[in-house]
Amino acid sequence: MSEIRNYTLNFGPQHPSAHGVLRLVLELDGETIVRSDPHIGLLHRGTEKLAEYKPYNQSIGYMDRLDYVSMMANEHAYVMAIEKMLDLDVPERAQYIRVMFDEITRILNHLMWLGAHALDIGAMTVFLYAFREREDLMDCYEAVSGARMHATYYRPGGVYRDLPDTMAKYDESPWRQGKRLDELNETREGSLLDFIEAFTERFPGLVDEYETLLTDNRIWKQRTVDIGIVSPERALQLGFTGPMLRGSGIAWDLRKKQPYEVYDRMEFDVPVGKTGDCYDRYLVRVAEMRESNKIIKQCVDWLKTHPGPVISDNHKVTPPSRELAKTSMEALIHHFKHFTEGFCVPEGEAYSAVEHPKGEFGIYMVSDGANKPYRLKIRAPGYTHLAALDEMAKGHMIADVVAILGTQDIVFGEVDR
Amino acid sequence: MKQSVLDLQTQLQQLFPEWVRSSSIQFDELTIEVVPEHAHDLMLALRDQVGFDQLMDLCGVDYLSYGQANWETTSVTQTGFSRGVFDFEEAEDTGAADMPRRFAVVYHLLSVANNRRVRVKVFAEKTQSPQVDSVVDVWRCADWFEREAFDLYGIVFAGHPDLRRILTDYGFVGHPLRKDFPLTGHVEMRYDPEKGRVVYQPVTIENRVNVPRVIRHETAQKQGG
Repeated sequence: MSEIRNYTLNFGPQHPSAHGVLRLVLELDGETIVRSDPHIGLLHRGTEKLAEYKPYNQSIGYMDRLDYVSMMANEHAYVMAIEKMLDLDVPERAQYIRVMFDEITRILNHLMWLGAHALDIGAMTVFLYAFREREDLMDCYEAVSGARMHATYYRPGGVYRDLPDTMAKYDESPWRQGKRLDELNETREGSLLDFIEAFTERFPGLVDEYETLLTDNRIWKQRTVDIGIVSPERALQLGFTGPMLRGSGIAWDLRKKQPYEVYDRMEFDVPVGKTGDCYDRYLVRVAEMRESNKIIKQCVDWLKTHPGPVISDNHKVTPPSRELAKTSMEALIHHFKHFTEGFCVPEGEAYSAVEHPKGEFGIYMVSDGANKPYRLKIRAPGYTHLAALDEMAKGHMIADVVAILGTQDIVFGEVDR
Repeated sequence: MKQSVLDLQTQLQQLFPEWVRSSSIQFDELTIEVVPEHAHDLMLALRDQVGFDQLMDLCGVDYLSYGQANWETTSVTQTGFSRGVFDFEEAEDTGAADMPRRFAVVYHLLSVANNRRVRVKVFAEKTQSPQVDSVVDVWRCADWFEREAFDLYGIVFAGHPDLRRILTDYGFVGHPLRKDFPLTGHVEMRYDPEKGRVVYQPVTIENRVNVPRVIRHETAQKQGG
């Protein structure tokens, strides 16, 4: 009898459901996974090394490019670490703006995840639906920062600028005209806050649409129920955070447990799963979108009635306004110093973490008192989740690997850094 | 928050007086430094006795050039301020290879049950081939974190089941996050049309600094300072 050997399959790095540049070396027994060895690092750009060679302010843009579907959440952890070390107070309005955009980011991320995950395992329509709403949210990004994705909007001490009073409108074109154009521009007549408010009002209905397509869908359930089950004990051992941990039934959410900014004033629930399979994590994320929507609504209400500064007036750290720099000598010096040398952060080390859409996103920063970080460690949630792929996929069929990868919500920007 | 951090500090000092070398609190965060030979025991005890059920992060730190600036502005001399010093060439062999306490491994632990965090620091005893005990058997997720620290800093984790490079390219030489590794690296990659494949060659871009590294102690302390 000839010897039977396991079959080794190379999956990726150029594979549509590898979520970027994942190379998986799968050892198969027939169609069953015996061992999976993810090879990562194909998108490694050395963000941590680069940050050591740049003044603090210049690395904010790199943070956007880590997890490139939840840009502002990454920035948030980074600026919070700097603020912690500088003992810098953030104006209340800026805190509300940050919370609002964190939640917008969460919806952006979960929509991307939902669309891509569903597409991976055979549902095309959800992807199109999800991108329809992402378009609106990216317009919000664009309205405040000028960039649809890589916003660089959060700054140490607040946010770059206040929310705009007008919203960009669609122009007439051969494809958009007449009644269709008016419909598109209907919610864009007022300020950005009006636009976001209109969004929060229609969004729950849109989530219902996604759920109609998926939640009771027989094929969806066959592909996700009882796939990749993680027990609460294992989830802790494997370093899971965010929806991956909550899907396993542990109600851990930094926004509730270690609240930062104004999350302690927000009313929202933390959805928790039961069995810890892919289907539970799907339900958790969908429920999270609804909760985020509630938080955004609360922020909009507050922001509409509370004008004020959005960035600290400590000009050792934040740049003075252009107007001020032209009339005040001191402001001019601050302006010059800020853009040529940056600011020095007192010696010490700090770890700041946010509840990122994917889990706990942490920044560990060591400063020796210079204008550049001595060491910057980015704790990316996707990194530990992907490390658990071997354990989660063991014993499943090869097609389930795609479902498990999808449920982990992997983005290589943050895994590879 | 502050009181609970203090309580944790006293608790840890009482529980492990021999193992904890020092402890400090900054920004309401507790950092303890542990004796290398007892690092593994301490981690196990922290998990089982104190309830730190999650390893949030594990990373290496290279203290080679800690506190060094490109531009010294503290002393005003007859000729004015001293100028920027960029020692790209010398950085390779500063002779500091024998610097004690150069490599540290930093663990960030989280207790989901008690809602608290602690940072544990272990300095590798040797600098030539730094080695620290692996904690993969304590927290499974340490696997990739340790591979990363090995890859980027060359810290060897004794007892790790599969210590391979993880983030850098196949066949990469060196440990890129060490302070004596240049930002530009040593080799670059391009497509060679004659050979019909991708080739490696020494880097052609020059190392440069746009903003010098400056250390100032007096600035940016408190609001409006």
